[in-house]
Amino acid sequence: MKPNQNGLRSYTIIYLIFLYAPIILLPIFAFNDGTIIAFPLKGFTTKWFEQMAESDQLLTAVKNSLIVASASAISATILAIFAARASTRYEFRGKGGLMALIMLPLVLPEIIIAMAILVILLQMGLNLGLHTIILGHTLMCTPFAIAILTAAFQSLDKSLEEAAYDLGEDAFSTFRLIILPLVLPGIISSLLISFTISMDEFILAAFLGGTETTLPVYIYSQLRFPKAIPVIMAVATLLVAVSICLLIVAEYFRRRGIAKTGGKDTGGFL
Amino acid sequence: MTSAKPMIELKDVQKWYGDYHALRGINAEIRAGEFFSLLGPSGCGKTTLLRTIAGFEDITSGVVMIDGKSMEDVPANQRPTNMVFQSYAIFPHLSVEQNVGFGLRRDPRTAVEKQKAVDEALEMVGLKGYGKRAAHALSGGQRQRVALARALILKPKVLLLDEPLSALDKKMREHMQVELIKLQRQVGITFILVTHDQEEALVMSDRIAVMFEGEIAQLDDPESLYRRPKTRKVADFIGVMNFLPATVLSEAGGKVDVDVHGFGRATIDAAQVSNSHDGATAVGFRPETLTLLYEGQVAADREAPGTVEEVVYYGDMTYYDVKLDGVAAPVRISMRNVFGREVLERGARTRVAWAPGALVLFR
Repeated sequence: MKPNQNGLRSYTIIYLIFLYAPIILLPIFAFNDGTIIAFPLKGFTTKWFEQMAESDQLLTAVKNSLIVASASAISATILAIFAARASTRYEFRGKGGLMALIMLPLVLPEIIIAMAILVILLQMGLNLGLHTIILGHTLMCTPFAIAILTAAFQSLDKSLEEAAYDLGEDAFSTFRLIILPLVLPGIISSLLISFTISMDEFILAAFLGGTETTLPVYIYSQLRFPKAIPVIMAVATLLVAVSICLLIVAEYFRRRGIAKTGGKDTGGFL
Repeated sequence: MTSAKPMIELKDVQKWYGDYHALRGINAEIRAGEFFSLLGPSGCGKTTLLRTIAGFEDITSGVVMIDGKSMEDVPANQRPTNMVFQSYAIFPHLSVEQNVGFGLRRDPRTAVEKQKAVDEALEMVGLKGYGKRAAHALSGGQRQRVALARALILKPKVLLLDEPLSALDKKMREHMQVELIKLQRQVGITFILVTHDQEEALVMSDRIAVMFEGEIAQLDDPESLYRRPKTRKVADFIGVMNFLPATVLSEAGGKVDVDVHGFGRATIDAAQVSNSHDGATAVGFRPETLTLLYEGQVAADREAPGTVEEVVYYGDMTYYDVKLDGVAAPVRISMRNVFGREVLERGARTRVAWAPGALVLFR
């Protein structure tokens, strides 16, 4: 082994500990029988999960988050299907610039988007609520959805469509019989990732929610109360578990989509 | 097999892509039941022409007729043509038999009859028993067969093949060439093949249209195309053609007297003259029309002295580049390596037998 490889190995290990140690602490304290988040541990309990299930405010926040995440995922994916199809199949003037503008929210500071949308909504005299969070989250999820779906549409050979057409199908049945089954894994993957992003999102939800709270906003508000912290740990533990599951399912569908069309894997989130 | 009735008529077909003139007035008739090839280098418009017949490209002006009917406003999914794509375009999420039976979806026949048709199509292309396999698990040659079965199951009037063999290795390609010819004879359908491989076109076709820059340069049967190319460009594209500068001395009664550099004077028939006006006057001849003379051999017709400049040994054949006395550029000669015939060394003095009947005069 070369000498500098030892250094790189230590660096990698330290990096991973730094990244994941706090997350591993969540489930530890979620099952710890004590209100103070500190070692030594006091014993195993599931009472924080029980308390969690009894909190009406929390359940409302979860329900709100599920509504927002589902709606945002569906609208972002539908918008992204059109954009990805257009950008992979057709050539038109200003395509590059247009796609860059659509993808820009990926790198734009979220707080700027949140403020800008808030100012405009207030100027328009619209009430804030779940619908405005959905609006913001759709804007934020769409670039991710486009990135996933563009890959799915790109790996689709144009002659497959022509072959179906040549064999007597029309544009609609070609879409249904050939295109849709082949990009379906991409669509599912896009839905799941958009859902996860929206579920975790804080800034837009806090700015645009008005009196409605989503789960991240609720969690943040509860951190002021020391007694509530173990319950939050329990919530966070569940959230991490669900997020990981969703991402794995999303990645599974993305890879299956690429394998189906016989393409080569060129990236992705996992 | 072939009859004189045209299956496809192309009348002054023009295609513009913006400023680019892709098809510059194509006129041709393709006979029913013939194996027809569109041959040319990449970018010559051969694929565009094929896609025009299929209905995937609109034409800017002109007429495309299939079986006596104008194809104007007839979309690709209603034309009596089916296509084998260069990438084969096998639907990767369907099984082999779902692929082959795809075109029968709107067919009113019963499921049992359709299954029988699928089985027959698979047997025809030599894939009997492969029906249940996943399409993406097939080899290149098998995909090609599935694509053929899928296109032929609809019994089209014309089968269009877009460079179907270019993705296969040499052995497989040569094997499929013969299979395709046999298949075409068996089904009797008009085949139109697009290829950039002149050998493939010569092997497979009843007639070939050689295309350059959006125009048909020559439309002929393989032998005429090879032996009597109408322009230097066609001559150069198909096989190897030697050129020697020549001067026309006199012309009378269907005979032309020429002085060929390196060969001397010769009288050739008017049928051997190509008035292409695409360069200086020269005679062309194929490498196999010349013979190297060995010690004691005498030419049947005419002979010229020269020196062997390069020897390229191919096993069954040897190619010699021979510099004829008094000519700067060498000519290529091919000799079969028959038993007992020695392969000459570089630098050897030799005599070359030639015949005026094998010359083509370009002027």
